Amino acid sequence: MTIKTASEPQRTLPASQTVAKRTFSLRDKWADSAFNIIAITVLLLSIAAVVYPLYFIVIASVSDPNAVYEGKVWLFPSGVTLEGYQRIFADSRIWNGLGNTVIYTVLGTAVSVTTILFGAYALSRKDMPGRKLLMLLFVITMFFDGGLITKYLVVRDLGMLNTIWAVVLPGAVGVWNLIIARSFFEHTIPNELREAAQMDGANDFKFFFKMVLPLSKPLIMLMIMVHVVAHWNSFFDALIFLNDDSKYPLQLVLRNILIQSDVSSTGTTGGDIESYAAAQRIAELTKYAMIVVSSLPLMIALPFMQKHFTKGTLIGAVK
Amino acid sequence: MSRTITARRKSTPKPTAANPRKPVATRLKRVLRAWQLYVLLTPALVYILIFKYWPMYGVQIAFRNYNPVDGFTGSPWVGLQHFVRFVNSYQFGQVLGNTLWIAVLGLLVAFPIPIILALLVNQLQSERFKKFTQTVLYSPAFISTVVVVGIMFVLLSPRSGLVNNAIQLAGGEPVFFMGSAEWFRPIYVISDVWQNAGFAMIVYLAALAGIDPALHDAAKVDGANKLQRVRHIDLPGIMPVITVLFILAIGNLLNVGFEKALLMQTNLNLSTSEIIQTYVYHAGLQQAQFSYSAAIGLFNSILNLALLLTFNWVARKANQATLW
Repeated sequence: MTIKTASEPQRTLPASQTVAKRTFSLRDKWADSAFNIIAITVLLLSIAAVVYPLYFIVIASVSDPNAVYEGKVWLFPSGVTLEGYQRIFADSRIWNGLGNTVIYTVLGTAVSVTTILFGAYALSRKDMPGRKLLMLLFVITMFFDGGLITKYLVVRDLGMLNTIWAVVLPGAVGVWNLIIARSFFEHTIPNELREAAQMDGANDFKFFFKMVLPLSKPLIMLMIMVHVVAHWNSFFDALIFLNDDSKYPLQLVLRNILIQSDVSSTGTTGGDIESYAAAQRIAELTKYAMIVVSSLPLMIALPFMQKHFTKGTLIGAVK
Repeated sequence: MSRTITARRKSTPKPTAANPRKPVATRLKRVLRAWQLYVLLTPALVYILIFKYWPMYGVQIAFRNYNPVDGFTGSPWVGLQHFVRFVNSYQFGQVLGNTLWIAVLGLLVAFPIPIILALLVNQLQSERFKKFTQTVLYSPAFISTVVVVGIMFVLLSPRSGLVNNAIQLAGGEPVFFMGSAEWFRPIYVISDVWQNAGFAMIVYLAALAGIDPALHDAAKVDGANKLQRVRHIDLPGIMPVITVLFILAIGNLLNVGFEKALLMQTNLNLSTSEIIQTYVYHAGLQQAQFSYSAAIGLFNSILNLALLLTFNWVARKANQATLW
């Protein structure tokens, strides 16, 4: 019912509809209504399928663990408690992981974005001799790579194992991002601008730093966000290249707690079955809270980032 | 790619384009004049040489018995021994089968869904609902793989999980989802759709926005209903994008979601969850069989490349958009 009322007024909106009315048969009108109803139903169901699990985790994270365990929590939290959150904030592993993630994210993003912007600008310049060959060198790596093992051995031979560089450098430049940046420069920096700057005596460096970069703010924003998200969420490089707990980023800490879970993480040891079960329920509660806390920063930032990401896909689509 | 090539041809002065063998001196001068551009390119170039081409060069250990002292080039040559061992091992059929299963199932289910969603969202007339749907559907892409798998573990937990609570409420028996081999593939694919369909949809929406509205108006005048317009205007309009993304998906067929498979693995679901790349990880990095696992990785890369080239070729034969 609600679906129908929602779609009804909109159908009369476009002016062209008046033209269509003449030729539209009754059957077509029915077909269009059916289409609208099906489309909106499918989309509402999809939204529910995406939102409900997340919503459930949020309410479960503040509910009495026993109520969650017994399946009494469905739409609203029950017996509100913040114990899960208190436990997280008291857990030094989380704080330590968070600190590491922030360091890796800032450094990694700085390295990646700088390298990509510099390289992509050079590759966007049609007057750079050898451009095609150099571009090919980059593109080849998209379709063939040496694989996990040799990458690991190279990082080991470089003496980077268990250092911050192992999580910052091996994945620094994504060729896809480089291509997006290159086509952004190709389409937004007019040749005439460069020629005019050259007349005025600006060399390539000066032109790049004084003219190109200030004109490329949307691209820079996009690149920063892509890399912040990627670093914030990555765990695998840390898993294979780091072996010191104190250097683990948040995601690896989360993996150890959420997935390779152990009851000892709640700090309760020994005791009878009753307290063991209770400890386990608290552990579950902590997990819900942990999921919320670790995803929250990006979810809050999402509305701000969306504009840039949509723009980014459009830059990519221009290619 | 072709666009940049034609653009270049136009911008280059005629004599140089016609005569590629120009005097060395002029060439050198042009290179020297662009030295600042090469400086800008250097970090990226050094990066791919060290982290892409050096490992590629090191792939030769797949044909050697690697030891750290002799390194990539000095270790004794053993030819195809590691490949033969892999193909003859009892895991070969299982690991390859699991990889293909997940890849094909993923492609059949996860590839069309974003297209369908985009076609539906594009038909919405309320801009606000459109935007809302878009934002909600693509938000899970920003949740990390670790957390998504963590969500699976808590929601699917046999004792306290939401799903099993619902099953029990409906009178069923609880299922140990994460600990059963049969459930690995469905969970893997469903969670993939859950997390990535919304984000993949954005590209198609961008392509749909590029379709000339006049086509729709004309079709409306001719009395075409919505479904007909979606089928005959929208779908053909985004076909080039679909083809290119399909070829890319094929080229990555055997690489997809390795991290998620690794995270979802438990001792109980190994018989379906062990795929080529997780096997490489276990054999190579956990058991230090570097040469053997490098051989398996190379086998995987070559298979991927072959698939990509084949489908690109097929697409060209069928006069569809291609990668190059």
